Amino acid sequence: MSAVPQALPARKHLACDGNEAAALAVALARVDMVAVYPITPQSSLVEYLAKFIADGRLQAELVDVEGEHSVLSVLHGAALAGARTYTASCGPGLAFMFEPYLRTPGLRLPMVMSIVTRDTLTPQSVWGGHQDAMSVREVGWVQMYCETVQEVLDTVIMAYRIAEDRRVMLPVNVCHDGNYLSYGTARIELPEQSEVDAFVGTPNVNWHVALDPDRPMAVDPLTGGAGGPGPAMFVRYRKGQCAGMQHALQVIGEVHEEWGRLTGRYHAPLVEAYRMDGAELAIMTLGSMTGAGKDAVDEARDRGLRVGLVKVKTFRPFPVAAVSAALGEVKAVGVVDRSVDFGWNCGPLYRETLGALYHVQPQVPSMSFIGGLAGADITLQHFARVIGETDELRRGAPAGRTVWLNEND
Amino acid sequence: MRRQSRPFFDATQIPDDLCPIATRMSPMRPGDWRSLRPVVNRAKCVKCSVCWLYCPVQCIVEKTAWFDVKLDTCKGCGICAEECPHGAITMIEEAS
Repeated sequence: MSAVPQALPARKHLACDGNEAAALAVALARVDMVAVYPITPQSSLVEYLAKFIADGRLQAELVDVEGEHSVLSVLHGAALAGARTYTASCGPGLAFMFEPYLRTPGLRLPMVMSIVTRDTLTPQSVWGGHQDAMSVREVGWVQMYCETVQEVLDTVIMAYRIAEDRRVMLPVNVCHDGNYLSYGTARIELPEQSEVDAFVGTPNVNWHVALDPDRPMAVDPLTGGAGGPGPAMFVRYRKGQCAGMQHALQVIGEVHEEWGRLTGRYHAPLVEAYRMDGAELAIMTLGSMTGAGKDAVDEARDRGLRVGLVKVKTFRPFPVAAVSAALGEVKAVGVVDRSVDFGWNCGPLYRETLGALYHVQPQVPSMSFIGGLAGADITLQHFARVIGETDELRRGAPAGRTVWLNEND
Repeated sequence: MRRQSRPFFDATQIPDDLCPIATRMSPMRPGDWRSLRPVVNRAKCVKCSVCWLYCPVQCIVEKTAWFDVKLDTCKGCGICAEECPHGAITMIEEAS
């Protein structure tokens, strides 16, 4: 964190929901092409974008296509031709997008896509949850989870800087929680267009690969195979992708710092440690549940319990060093997820945290809490239970258990 | 938006671990990896053109008294041998 700048210019304020905030950010970043297919709870985001384009507020091509597979395929072409691009999806739409979604990081196209997170089918559900974004966490997109409506606006703008950074050149998902952030209205501050112009710069997204009649090339030709130089080339590109992800950890920090200097809003880039000074217990959160988690931590601190909260913003690449540093001094950790890891019978953030805790000695007892599935509330009472059970863990209760918070709601 | 074609794309100026691209044509042709080769029995061929019609890579060529196969583009799929109504084409294994 840096010192707050002395005098920031007076800016426009307005009340809006997370979907409108994302659309406003897209307009401010002056994207060249938008392709979208509406799906709950992302639909109003698409409608805002269509309106901004129709009103001339955003000078961009809006491509209406027949489904999400075409959405991303159209944008691949646009990005290869040099356009700054945007789309948003979630749940079943994201599933239908999977084939081009899988190819985007390997093409090193710095696209930005909001995932307005939604629980996946089946059982049938149109409500929030992180299962959709979590299901695609190993594809190679950078994934950042927002806590507030303001952070949605700020992060979509920052995402272009992160994606287009030459050290990164990877697509970025900005995840905001379906229902809570997509429809939750809050007061936000809008940056000036001139400030955003200077911040994001002129796009140059196809300097490394292009659809260009003046210099024809085969994009993504067959690489790999059993003999010859293929396998070694394949390894080189894969390693390059992993290196880009690791560079992103650094770049995300730099971009958040610069945005903070510009706006006075210093969002934690990778991990936020809330009231972790002298904390014996830590609870971990992701996304919009964090607000209730912080309130619960405040209440517990008032009762004298030394508990803090660690919020993960950047989930991919996973900030291993930042998480293990944040948890270095605690005696027990409770991790709250809004999705499940089918392989490990726990939450995905919990499983990731276990990996980070491998670097912490002595071993810290931990457990998984799963709540907020299909739009369920994670209330102060639920967080009080999380803190209570984590305290039991500190006193020697068995570790590694999974608790389903909304089981009896 | 900056138009990429000015200045020209220079593949030597970009890292070689980003997106795979190819800027030169591969000299490899189907005949380089064929495992079966069609052989025409000139005595049986009546020039009915069925092989010419069916060949997916258009490698059948007309000779004076029979149809033959251009082996640099033939991929050895065997459709001609399957379709020839006179049994004039047999597929044999490539020697090596």
